Parts: sequence; structure tokens; C-alpha cells
Amino acid sequence: MAIHADNSHASRMEPGRESAYDMPDANGHFGPYGGMFVAETLMYPLEELLKAYEGCMADPLFQSELDADLRDYVGRPSPLYHAERWSREVGGAQIYLKREDLNHTGAHKVNNTIGQALLAKRMGKTRIIAETGAGQHGVATATVAARLGLECVVYMGEVDVARQEANVYRMRLLGAQVVAVKSGSRTLKDAMNEAMRDWVTNVDNTFYIIGTVAGPHPYPMLVRDFQAVIGREARAQILERTGRLPDALVACVGGGSNALGLFYPFIGDTEVAIYGVEAAGDGLETGRHAAPLTAGRPGVLHGNRTYLMEDDNGQIMETHSISAGLDYPGVGPEHSWLKDSGRATYGAVSDDEALAAFHHLTRTEGIIPALESSHALAYAHTLAATMRPDQSILVNLSGRGDKDMHTVAHHDGLVL
Amino acid sequence: MSRIAARFEQLAGRGRTALVPFVTAGDPNPEVTVPLMHAMVAAGADLIELGVPFSDPMADGPVIQRATERALARGVSLTQVLEMVRAFRAQDQDTPVVLMGYLNPIEVMGYASFSEQAGAAGVDGALIVDLPPEEGHDLITMMRDQGLDLVNLIAPTSTEARIAKIGQVASGFVYYVSIKGVTGAAHLDASTIADKVGEIRAQIRLPVGVGFGIKDAETAGQVARVADAVIVGSAIVGRIESLADTPERIPESIAEFLGGLRAAIDVADGVGHGSTSR
Ligand SMILES: Cc1ncc(COP(=O)(O)O)c(C=O)c1O
Repeated sequence: MAIHADNSHASRMEPGRESAYDMPDANGHFGPYGGMFVAETLMYPLEELLKAYEGCMADPLFQSELDADLRDYVGRPSPLYHAERWSREVGGAQIYLKREDLNHTGAHKVNNTIGQALLAKRMGKTRIIAETGAGQHGVATATVAARLGLECVVYMGEVDVARQEANVYRMRLLGAQVVAVKSGSRTLKDAMNEAMRDWVTNVDNTFYIIGTVAGPHPYPMLVRDFQAVIGREARAQILERTGRLPDALVACVGGGSNALGLFYPFIGDTEVAIYGVEAAGDGLETGRHAAPLTAGRPGVLHGNRTYLMEDDNGQIMETHSISAGLDYPGVGPEHSWLKDSGRATYGAVSDDEALAAFHHLTRTEGIIPALESSHALAYAHTLAATMRPDQSILVNLSGRGDKDMHTVAHHDGLVL
Repeated sequence: MSRIAARFEQLAGRGRTALVPFVTAGDPNPEVTVPLMHAMVAAGADLIELGVPFSDPMADGPVIQRATERALARGVSLTQVLEMVRAFRAQDQDTPVVLMGYLNPIEVMGYASFSEQAGAAGVDGALIVDLPPEEGHDLITMMRDQGLDLVNLIAPTSTEARIAKIGQVASGFVYYVSIKGVTGAAHLDASTIADKVGEIRAQIRLPVGVGFGIKDAETAGQVARVADAVIVGSAIVGRIESLADTPERIPESIAEFLGGLRAAIDVADGVGHGSTSR
């Protein structure tokens, strides 16, 4: 479990069996994607971060501390659950759920914040900042900051503050200062802009915990490596349970951290098909969506080159999704690479389809999923129906739906 | 010789420091920009930095963010900014114009297309906030082919090794960002600036401009004692904002403000108030 302590580059060799996959390169590039597109002020701090990270990865003490936290504080390993009733109803492949919803704080996000907070402590930083969309990453950051006694400021778009009230309150209970960002589209991308501005200003004492596999190098690599515990566990669990690898992996893609966490240890397993699911919002044809891989094109935002939703003048477009955690116009650069290289396939699921899957899983399995994860469930449902009962699909249930009660109720015409 | 090199050589010959105003193109409307540029030159600007609006100005503080939003609300694009420079050049062939902004509009236009169009419009260089030398090779090459300079930033966090790396690719001049922070943020500390500018000069043989945190005549004068160019942005853009409802008054008001800065710089340069005709 966790990252092997005896090899500084262990994390890059994991994906597989005889895998030649070795991304990113030394400059943080995944083919044409990724990189370090930031203001000069941040270049040296990023170099320092990379050095500290590589040092920690090679340090058995750091690894054992991380492993212990993931076990005793997060509750890992998370279970692999065979959704038998749902699978039977679909009448196709067997569907297995990786239960990241059962983690402390209710989503996969904490795997990463635990790792980065330990890194921050090692680097002697006393102040933590983060951006958040759904509030899950903000809560996971506020949680580890409380535990380590670090000052914590979370940037959140004003629109998201309104639709994720419960998480805002949780962050405040945990002692974090939540700053409502009023610029631009007032969602996740603007929260990230504001966090970058804070970091540039307070770079000496501040550690920026980015919540997904985006941002400048080394963040996409580092967040992936901390989240890869999902895929490592799941790979061992399903082998033990079924005696073989799954036929397909499915995960939702906002910035792409839960997806890459699941996918990464399987990249060398070429017989396993990989599907990432973006938010089609009101429908791709309406333009009101958050599906850069499916309907966007490459550009540069937030420190890396990747697929974006942008107009002909290079301005970033506003996005729409019922799930705040997927409402982002970019995506982690490694997903752009996996798309272009053909190793992974990306599709999109609309608000309505995700809501239907939300209700379906709740009623058939007694599990209330996050709206983000519901996108993966909807896609898996359709995919499973095209497959045989002796085949299997592994879905990342990235989070639980408690935070979405108001959104779903509102959609059903109720006020809680 | 490029317009930028020619301008700095001419100033150096007279012992003068350049005054470099920044304005966001198209703020508060596209019609203001070209007349404003001419008014700034008449008031003593030696080089103009023209901001290209971008939806996600990560390195900018609230003042320039709002300027960007005003320009974007008018639909100002990189193509239009190039048109403004072309219009400016019809009357002014001497004052260098450097575009300042973020990479993505250039990415979408295409590096080759941007370099050609910018060169043809009469642009002299570009300062791209989110393009460090590590990522700049392709664009630098194409811009250089068109005679354009890619102006690099140097920050308080830039180590000696990084300054050396920047020195290998920089052209035109280098821009020392005097504070850790976003545009329009804190107050500058003139003593630490002198040290850092010394470090830069030890490794880079280009003019050194200093910007961020220069708000008035006093700070402009302080910076003029150590730098080759004094770059002023948010203080100007803030004044434009306060006149957004009466845009016809903007050129005159900004010219008056620049006049004050110019005088302070001249005093610092020891050329005295208005003693040198421009
Ligand atoms: C439960 C859950 N799943 C998925 C996401 C999307 O993020 P990512 O694509 O980085 O996993 C979020 C983001 O807030 C989330 O809360």
C-alpha cells in the first residue's frame, strides 16, 4: 500500500507491468501538455516544491507517516463493493464500486490533502491555501490543516458558496477562512486564479494545496501520485475478488484527480479499457457544459497546457454542470495526453442523466453518491448494458452525496 | 536596430530613465486607447506597455482585473489590440510598443501567425506573464524571426541561476517585478530593489525596467535612481477607472499624471525639471 519507500521514482514505474509509460518528463510535460506556465515569481518555489517532493518520496519515514495517516485517519483501504443488485438490473457486466465515499470527509480528495499537508509540514510552511469547487477539497484541506495546526484559507467562487452551503459551514467549523471569490464566472476557475494570486503574494510561508491533477508541474504528477493509492488498492482488490483484471474502468473527470488516481496503476494493463466521464451539463449541443476533452481544444490555463473550453480569441468560457466539482473549463494535462494517445476514452454525461443515476444507485444499493460520481455511474450503466455478465467494470465512487442534498432537493422542487 | 534598443540607447546617451506607462487596451472602451497612447507620448512616455485582455488574469490585482473585465465586455480581442497598434503607428514610428498579457490568446492565434501579424502591425515586443524561459523557446524563435523581442520578467524569488537562464534568452529589456505579489499590491522597498537590480546587471547586459508598486512621483523618482525604466500600471489604470463614465477626459488626465512622474524622474536623473526638450 501507498508509495514504495525505497525508490524515488517508484510512483512513475507503478503503472504496470512491463509498462513503458513514464510521464511526465523532467520538465513536467506529457507530450505537448503540462509544463510550467506561471509567472517568474513562482518558478523557484515550484523548483523547491519538486525537490521537497522527490526527497519525501525517497524517505521511508515520510512514507510510513503517510501510510499510517491513510490507514488510521482516512480509513484506508477503502472497500471494493460488488453492486450486485444494480448489475443484475442492468443485465450486463458486473459493476464494482471503489468506495472513496467512505473516506473521512466523504470523498477521494483527502488522499491528496493528507499527502500535501505532510509535505507542507516538511517544508516548514505555516499557512495553507486551497481552491475549491464543490467544497470537498476545501473541507479535506481544512481538515488536515486543523489536525496539523496550520492556518488555512480556502478560495471558493461565490456561485459555489451559495450551492454548497453545508460544506462552507464545515470548513468554517474546522477553523478555515472561506473567501468567496467574486471575479469572472465566480466558480472553480476563478477560485484557482485567486489562490494563485495569494500564493504569489505569500509564497514565503504559504503552501498551496491544489485539489486536482492540474496546475503547473509538479502538481499534476504529485496529486496523481497521492491519489494513485485508489488504483493500487482497487487493482489488488479486484484481482483477489475475481481472479482477473476488470474489463473497464470508469471515473468522472472534473480536474481529473479521482480518475487518474484510479487509472494510473492500470495504464500498463492494456487489456483494461479506460473511460473518463465529463459533465455535459445541459447537453453538449447547448454549449452549456464542462467537457473540455470531449468538446474543447488545447490551450494554456492555470500553469499548464491542456484541453480547455475557450473561444476563438483564447478567452476561457464559462462552464455549466449541476455538480460544482466538475464545473471547470480545463482538465489535468495527463488526461489530454491519455486522450490523444488513445489509451483512455472520454465521454460526457448530462445533468439529467447524472441525476437519474444518482437516484438509481440510491434506490437499488442504498448508497447516496456525490453528483460528480453520479456522472461516472450513468456512463457505467450504459457501458455495462453493452457487455456480458462475465465481464466487469470498476467504477470510482469518488464521493458521497450528503453535500448535494440541497441541489437534488431543489431540482425536485423541494426546499430543505 | 530595433525600436526598443534604439530608444534605450538614445535615453542612455542623455542620461535619462525611461518612463513606461501600462494601460489595458480597450479600457474603458476601444476608441479611447489610440488617442490615449499619443497623449501619453506627448506627456513624456518613452515606451508603452499595452495590456491584452484575458479572461483569467492570474497575476493581476483587482484594479487591472476590472480593467480587463471592462475591455472584455467590449469584446476586445488580440486581433483588435493589433489593430490599435497599427493605428498608433500611422502617426508614431518611434515609440516602442510592448504587448503585455497571458499566453492563451497567442496560443489560440498560433505562434507564427501572432508573430507575423504583430510584426506587421508595428508591435516591438511582448511580455507574457505566464511564459517563463523554460516554456518560451518556440515562441521566442518565431518572434525573433519577425524582429520582435520577448521581454522577460525577473522576480524577487529569481535565484542567481535563474537570472542567468533568463539572460540567455532575454532581449529588448528585462522587467524586474519589484514585489512578491500581484499588480497594484504592496508598497515597494527601494533599498532591496537596488540590490536586486545590481544582481541582474552583473549577469544581463540589457536595460533593466522596474515595475509593480510604483504609485506616485515619489516612488517613480526612487526607482529612477536605480533602474533604466520606470514602469507604472495600476496607478494609471485606477485613474482611468475613475473616469470610465467620462472617457473623453481620460487622455488629458493621464497625461497630467504622467507629467508629474516625468518631472520626478528627470529630477532623479539630474537633468532637472523640463531642462531637456524631448
Ligand atoms: C466527489 C467528487 N468527485 C469528483 C470531483 C472532481 O474532481 P476530480 O476530477 O479532480 O476528481 C470532486 C470535486 O470536487 C468531488 O468532490
